[in-house]
Amino acid sequence: MSGNSTYQPQSKVLQWFEKRLPIGGLIHSSFVAYPTPRNLNYWWTFGGILTMMLGIQIITGIVLAMHYTPHVDLAFKSVEAIMRDVNYGWLLRYTHANGAAMFFFAVYIHMFRGIYYGSYKEPREVLWILGVIIYLLMMATGFMGYVLVWGQMSFWAATVITNLFSAIPGVGDTIVTWLWGGYAVGNPTLNRFFSLHYLLPFVIAGVVVLHIWALHVAGQNNPAGIEPKSEKDTVPFTPYATVKDGFFMACFLILFAWFIFYVPNFLGHPDNYIPANPAVTPAEIVPEWYYLPFYAILRSIPDKLIGVLALFGSILILAFLPWLDTSKVRSGRYRPLFKQFFWLWVIACIGLGWLGSKPPEGIYVILSRLFTLYYFAFFLIVLPLLGFFEKTKPLPNSISESVLGAKA
Amino acid sequence: MTTVSSAEHTRRDFLYIATGAVGAVGAAAALVPLISQMNPDASTIAAGAPVEIDLTPIAEGQIVKVFWRSKPIFISHRTKKEIDEAKNVAVDSLKDPEPDSARVKSGHDQWLVVIGICTHLGCIPLAHQGEYDGWFCPCHGSQYDSAGRIRKGPAPKNLPLPPYKFVSDTKIQIG
Amino acid sequence: MTNKRTIIALAAAGLVAGLVAGTAAPAAAQEHQVPPPAMKWSFAGPFGKYDEAQLQRGFKIYKEVCSSCHSMDLLSIGSLADAGGPGFTAAQAAAIAATYKIADLDDKGQPIERAGRPADHFPAPFPNAAAAAAANGVAPPDMSTLAKARGYQRGFPTFLFDIVTQYQEAGPDYIHAILNGYKEAPKGFTVPAGGHYNEYFPGHVIAMPQPLADGQVTYDDGSPQTLAQYSKDVTAFLMWAAEPKLVQRKRTGFQVMIFLILLSGLLYFTKKKVWSAVH
Repeated sequence: MSGNSTYQPQSKVLQWFEKRLPIGGLIHSSFVAYPTPRNLNYWWTFGGILTMMLGIQIITGIVLAMHYTPHVDLAFKSVEAIMRDVNYGWLLRYTHANGAAMFFFAVYIHMFRGIYYGSYKEPREVLWILGVIIYLLMMATGFMGYVLVWGQMSFWAATVITNLFSAIPGVGDTIVTWLWGGYAVGNPTLNRFFSLHYLLPFVIAGVVVLHIWALHVAGQNNPAGIEPKSEKDTVPFTPYATVKDGFFMACFLILFAWFIFYVPNFLGHPDNYIPANPAVTPAEIVPEWYYLPFYAILRSIPDKLIGVLALFGSILILAFLPWLDTSKVRSGRYRPLFKQFFWLWVIACIGLGWLGSKPPEGIYVILSRLFTLYYFAFFLIVLPLLGFFEKTKPLPNSISESVLGAKA
Repeated sequence: MTTVSSAEHTRRDFLYIATGAVGAVGAAAALVPLISQMNPDASTIAAGAPVEIDLTPIAEGQIVKVFWRSKPIFISHRTKKEIDEAKNVAVDSLKDPEPDSARVKSGHDQWLVVIGICTHLGCIPLAHQGEYDGWFCPCHGSQYDSAGRIRKGPAPKNLPLPPYKFVSDTKIQIG
Repeated sequence: MTNKRTIIALAAAGLVAGLVAGTAAPAAAQEHQVPPPAMKWSFAGPFGKYDEAQLQRGFKIYKEVCSSCHSMDLLSIGSLADAGGPGFTAAQAAAIAATYKIADLDDKGQPIERAGRPADHFPAPFPNAAAAAAANGVAPPDMSTLAKARGYQRGFPTFLFDIVTQYQEAGPDYIHAILNGYKEAPKGFTVPAGGHYNEYFPGHVIAMPQPLADGQVTYDDGSPQTLAQYSKDVTAFLMWAAEPKLVQRKRTGFQVMIFLILLSGLLYFTKKKVWSAVH
């Protein structure tokens, strides 16, 4: 989205239009001529995959809303009517439900990639923070969408998550009542969740535009972590990046389709096929898998308020990453020590995810505490200190040298 | 990239076109469920199954309204006078010419069954009103006669007939 | 030096104390559950289909046995004739519907009972959940989604292999096991009043008395009239009730997979061609 474009349409009509609204030039400079580093690997295709997933979720969501009824007596029935009666309803609903999981799967890879290659570092801090905001919005949207089904897990997830706010000293209970619109999770809660679940994806789309804008101002980071210096270091976005993104999107769709058509309920919980019952709590309350690491952090701390603060802190800390990492070298490729700590951190995240699904007792609690401790230590101790002590490997002179050097 | 044979070119173009075509087919196929979902669903279709109506409680001169597929259906038990009026009109003079015999089932002259939706803009006409012993539409003043035919006003067509049949002399099945 | 050591020791002790605090909670919260035996289901796997004759037998069991306590109110009676289901004809489904009495209102607004139509849903045996609970001790669960609402913990790493093997039959396996799981309680195990011992039920005490036994339901197609056969048939029927579009889903899935593999292949070669210029 850079300023002056050399784009000049051939048709007279388009030239006339372009003079008055240079949208063709904007698209051309952003998605055709836009120079991308030539050494991008497949981890860089997840930005495009995420855009596709947002599109799929919005389209299937709008369609599902045509058949869904946000009322406590009818929500579960209307979802089942979608599955049984609506033409292709089963396909639309399974796509939307598994699409949420795939969206999070892709965003986690996108985030791990950003952290490994130091994509948050100067001059891409704002780009990174916009990404953290998108992630927060995704979590809120995903949670509220899960509640709409109004099964047992929906209802009790809504109860547990809204109760997090009761930890706020003094005003906690007032805030929770305000969130519910009643004295417990009920019809007003379901109605407002539906309203917000419909709104937030469009807010996400807006922040995504800002995210891409910021990306096109700073330019893409790349596996070498050094800026392009000459034309030899870059290739035009189209066709190079488009076809590469397209290929990996198709591969991603194979995985996605596998879940939709063959194991559509693998990622769900059986209890959510039981209609919500405010009088009976299920034997175990487990959030969707993509929230499990944070759920494990919450439960690892015996104090309610500190637990909730740790939960929110574990997400918000990501926004401060550009300043917590003191290293001058961007890419993890040239940081031997960072690499080890990074993979340990990935293990901690996955470990926390596993522990989040386990009952909070015995060895599970001890492991949760160890991993939580390391999760925060990685940001607050390892990254700030590493910049001073780590002996980094020499950087290549240019991107093209790093590509050719790797080949030689 | 220094020398590219024309055969190489053709092969490359074919690959690009094939990829684009397959992608376009996929995009089009993805539209099918998105469009199809707006059609009536299975429960709506099931609820639109034929309904049976017992005619015995309908007195001569009475018009009742029943519903089939969410549409009002008028069942008129016509009097001798209404039948004669309907038969004695010069068919050519009508806006939508149809003889009375085309409006009822033969042998069941006293029973008129029509869809009660004005052919002008979809309002429900009022029974036993207007100048023709039939229906009067309050929205824009269309008037129908005792055979449900348009006689006056902006409506272009006669009241449509639903698909129905006599199961017995006193019972019809609509749909 | 000593000071420094003391500080480190104290910090370490504090850390350990913090980690252990609160972990002494009772670890017996999770009842041990006996994993149900894995059955062979016609609807499992990428090309799985329902066995029409089996679903018809299962429906007979549902109608003669289950439906006296369990509702199944998300299903329309006419769906028995839907593609991919038990394979009843529309006329058969209408005849089945007519055997049910449906509460309705007459022209004068008075409550009446009329013969069922295909669009009607299966009527519930009790007017509401409270009445069902009062009559049975515990309200028998609705059967519309039951086969998807039950399951059991697969454990690590089995649950990961399930993605590849497409194992989605934890619900049917569990229901089948429950129907076969009624046994004498082992010595020393006291079954509370109103409960029944079942090997596969979590906690082993189930409120439902044994619902099926050999010879209870008469089959018209010569299939064995045994509990082993009944339990398989009714479980398959419940899976269909919970997932009536399974056959369409798997068939569409195969077409989508073929298409996506073709598209990915073409895109791969296109990508190679495009990038050959810069490599």
